[in-house]
Amino acid sequence: MSAVATPEPHVERTAEAPLLELADVGRDFDVSKPWLNRVLEGAPRLLLRAVDGVSFSVRRGETLALVGESGCGKSTVARLIVGLYAPSRGSIAFEGVDLSTPGSRSAVPQIRRRMQMIFQDPYASLNPRWRVGRIIAEPIRVNRLLADEPSVRARVGELLRQVGLTPDDAEKFPHEFSGGQRQRISIARALSSNPEFLVCDEPTSALDVSVQAQILNLMKDLQQRLGLTYLFISHNLAVVAHISDRVGVMYLGRLVELADAKTLFASPAHPYTRMLLDAVPDLAMSGAARTPVAGEVPNPLDPPKGCAFHPRCPFANARCEAERPTLARAASGTQVACHAIEEGRLPPAHR
Amino acid sequence: MALTPALSEKPRTAAESAAPLLEVRNLRVEFPTRRGTLVAVDGVSFSIARGEVLGVVGESGAGKSLTGMAVIGLLEPPGRIAAGEVRLEGERIDNLTPEAMRRIRGRRIGAIFQDPLTSLNPLYTIGQQITETILTHLPLTRREARERAIRWLAEVGIPAPENRIDHYPHQFSGGMRQRVVIALALCAEPRLVIADEPTTALDVSIQAQIITLLKRLASQHGTSVMLVTHDMGVIAETADRVAVMYAGRIAEIGPVRDVIHAPKHPYTIGLMSSIPKLGEGRERLAQIDGSMPRLTAIPPGCAFNPRCPRAFDRCRQQRPELVRVGATEAACWLYAEKP
Amino acid sequence: MSEFARRSDEEPPLEEGSEIASLEREASAESRIEAADRTSLDALARIWDHDLAYSFRRSPVTIVAAIVALLCIGGAVFAPWLAPHNPYDLAALELNDAFKPPAWTAGGTWTYPLGTDDQGRDVFSTILYGARISLAVGVASVVFAMALGVAIGLVSGYIGGRADAFLMRLADIQLSFPAILIALLIDGVARVLLPRDAHNEIALVVLVLAIGISGWVQYARTVRGSTLVERSKEYVQAARVIGRHPLAIMVAHVLPNVTGPVLVIATIHIATAIITEATLSFLGVGVPPTSPSLGTLIRIGNDYLFSGEWWVTVFPGLALILLVLSVNLLGDWLRDALNPKLR
Repeated sequence: MSAVATPEPHVERTAEAPLLELADVGRDFDVSKPWLNRVLEGAPRLLLRAVDGVSFSVRRGETLALVGESGCGKSTVARLIVGLYAPSRGSIAFEGVDLSTPGSRSAVPQIRRRMQMIFQDPYASLNPRWRVGRIIAEPIRVNRLLADEPSVRARVGELLRQVGLTPDDAEKFPHEFSGGQRQRISIARALSSNPEFLVCDEPTSALDVSVQAQILNLMKDLQQRLGLTYLFISHNLAVVAHISDRVGVMYLGRLVELADAKTLFASPAHPYTRMLLDAVPDLAMSGAARTPVAGEVPNPLDPPKGCAFHPRCPFANARCEAERPTLARAASGTQVACHAIEEGRLPPAHR
Repeated sequence: MALTPALSEKPRTAAESAAPLLEVRNLRVEFPTRRGTLVAVDGVSFSIARGEVLGVVGESGAGKSLTGMAVIGLLEPPGRIAAGEVRLEGERIDNLTPEAMRRIRGRRIGAIFQDPLTSLNPLYTIGQQITETILTHLPLTRREARERAIRWLAEVGIPAPENRIDHYPHQFSGGMRQRVVIALALCAEPRLVIADEPTTALDVSIQAQIITLLKRLASQHGTSVMLVTHDMGVIAETADRVAVMYAGRIAEIGPVRDVIHAPKHPYTIGLMSSIPKLGEGRERLAQIDGSMPRLTAIPPGCAFNPRCPRAFDRCRQQRPELVRVGATEAACWLYAEKP
Repeated sequence: MSEFARRSDEEPPLEEGSEIASLEREASAESRIEAADRTSLDALARIWDHDLAYSFRRSPVTIVAAIVALLCIGGAVFAPWLAPHNPYDLAALELNDAFKPPAWTAGGTWTYPLGTDDQGRDVFSTILYGARISLAVGVASVVFAMALGVAIGLVSGYIGGRADAFLMRLADIQLSFPAILIALLIDGVARVLLPRDAHNEIALVVLVLAIGISGWVQYARTVRGSTLVERSKEYVQAARVIGRHPLAIMVAHVLPNVTGPVLVIATIHIATAIITEATLSFLGVGVPPTSPSLGTLIRIGNDYLFSGEWWVTVFPGLALILLVLSVNLLGDWLRDALNPKLR
């Protein structure tokens, strides 16, 4: 275990144990050529470190957001948590039960019921051949939560009403609905097994803004009414600022900053976070000069040595190029992985 | 030269005599299907002045992309321009033969699309593609064209352009590829560039770079830009004026600052307040209930009336035309003089 | 003209394509909503109004093909009632009537409209009975190949990894032999393994297995491809998060979404299977001569082609061509109607 896996001070403070805890989680993908090509061409095995050394915890009832650009590993983290991928390293614990070993999930079917996922693309996340009622009832039937058909049907109707649709919609097919309505159906399916924890992978990024507002409001209402805990994955900082209590910023598979939403948006610590915030188009048209950031996210197959952000960082020095910084607590209570901040050579940014 | 027929139709004041670079009048785009005709763009009129950046914003299905495609003559059949006219420098271009339209594309109108991969041919180096486009439209030798291509690559911010020119599209990253597409669209020095969601497929940091680049090039070369996007933020950063589209029609059009800070049409008002903003806290977003009507079921009167909090009888019966409200124009009965 | 310009003319850019796709989606969704609103009394009207029915009505070639195919299939299925004679009732055979020419030629009689063969069997009746066997073997072998291929394709595409590699290499190996060779091989092995009497009894089953096994690869490859696409879609991931068994996901979620292309292949494959059966029977390794298929009839008649009794082989041949051609045309239409973009 690396130094990152230090116990979370939050845990001590809130007395209550976190709902979900990730410790030093990593996931590699084998992107090598097929076996025959490797043998004939002598091509090496290629491992893509999609996620590496990620540790954080999610408290009951809060919304933790993970932000970052494409390829930063935020969606992989979401899929690791719900069990679509198995972690290559580290542990994922739900209420203290380790989920990371293969087979542990089927050993604890209760956990599967209590953790559900909302997907990005409302056109792909519903089986086009199934009626909406059957789609929403699937988790109920699989987990045998209700005994008889009439009560399943009643529950589906109740769920549809809860997300702003009508019970009659259960008889329709997904293609009869608009994108926003489909996302509501997707939420109803996720809620049908009475989960406490929802992993939301870019739930509004395929939607139009006016519909996005509807879905974000719905998610907030549901959180209040049902006491849900959200892990919210998004690339849209304005949406994240709007919905989250805490925010984790990821870059090339690693967490570079983890802070309260208010703190992060008011005074971002990590140079990458500052850059991201600077890049958000200014709707207020204040005319404030922006510093466009040079460069692009490097190839994750060949990440830079040391701090992965150093080639784009205006504050990088020799240490940044050689030594990888670890997540450490800074003065503001923010956890940040940056040598410049640790050495105090980075002025705090205030927005 | 081509300006005269347009001008002869009605006398103009001295201020108007400089005809707009692009003028679209009552454009109607239809898709005939076997269950009747879908009207995807309905009576859209706007103009773009020389050197101006006009943003066209709207949600999916609002007809914004189709408007751009109609202007550039790339409507996919069975889609067709059913009525109205498109004038480039006073000359009608909506009824040209495909061959004549091809000559206009590239030379006088450039295009930048959302996905840089579909705009670049994977089988040719970017140098071959840019040089070819230059040679097609400008009277230059191959050597001159290649030099010009290298200059353009340098101008769009591609490092070491004299080496990169011989690379294939897949050897570039997403952001760099979009820069190449911009170079390709601008290399024949067109008067007008149609940019259809040029930053949508890109990450935020790259998006900012591309917006900055597009803005700089347009002002340096005096190119007019029709910027089609769903992202108000991009519009706010880039455009001089903005047209807000809803269900195939323009709901509101005016200077960006006015439309964003003091929208007049109830749809624009709803749209602006439903966008989450960084500075705001965690309060509820204002939302517009319902969704944009399907093209097969556009309500009579104002297309927005079923979702409009301020709709009254007239909105359900009569379709509003654009009327001037302060600095902008809005198609809304709230601002019409009482009949 | 320039490469760029030419390309941009041919390939619509992504955003526009997607907007048109959503238009199409909208139009068809709208029609289905309308259709769903009506009562079941209008079921016929709904079928009539379906996109498939519409494209059918608009294609005269397809309508003719469908009529011909229906006549062939109807004639085959109802052969015992339609045929003027029972050619396999040995007691009813009149050797005196051998080699009667068709009715409209000199010496012909309307008792035997298409003439008789060397044993005095009515050619028209043998064609009806023969088509019955040809069709039965064709359909059964296609169903078998489809079941095998779809199952292998689903497993290969969904499980992936080593199982996928193994199954697909197997498919590659099989594809490097002509289908007819594989069918001959299977038939030959069965002949060696089974006693002669038993073989005649189950000759049809062996034939179905032989043709079926030689044809599964196409289904497996197509289904594997579609499965790979569907598997990565979020609705399959959602089912995994819910905790459904992989087998349940394959059958309940993936299978209904990959059947479209399978139906197209199956229709065209029926024609191919009928030809393969005819070829095998022509070569003498197919069905036993006691219950001849169209292929057997052609082979028998072939012996007399040059001695002037052309009708014995020409009419079964024509029947085979009509049957195969009409089924093929239907398959082509189905392919185009289900996927207009593939044309």
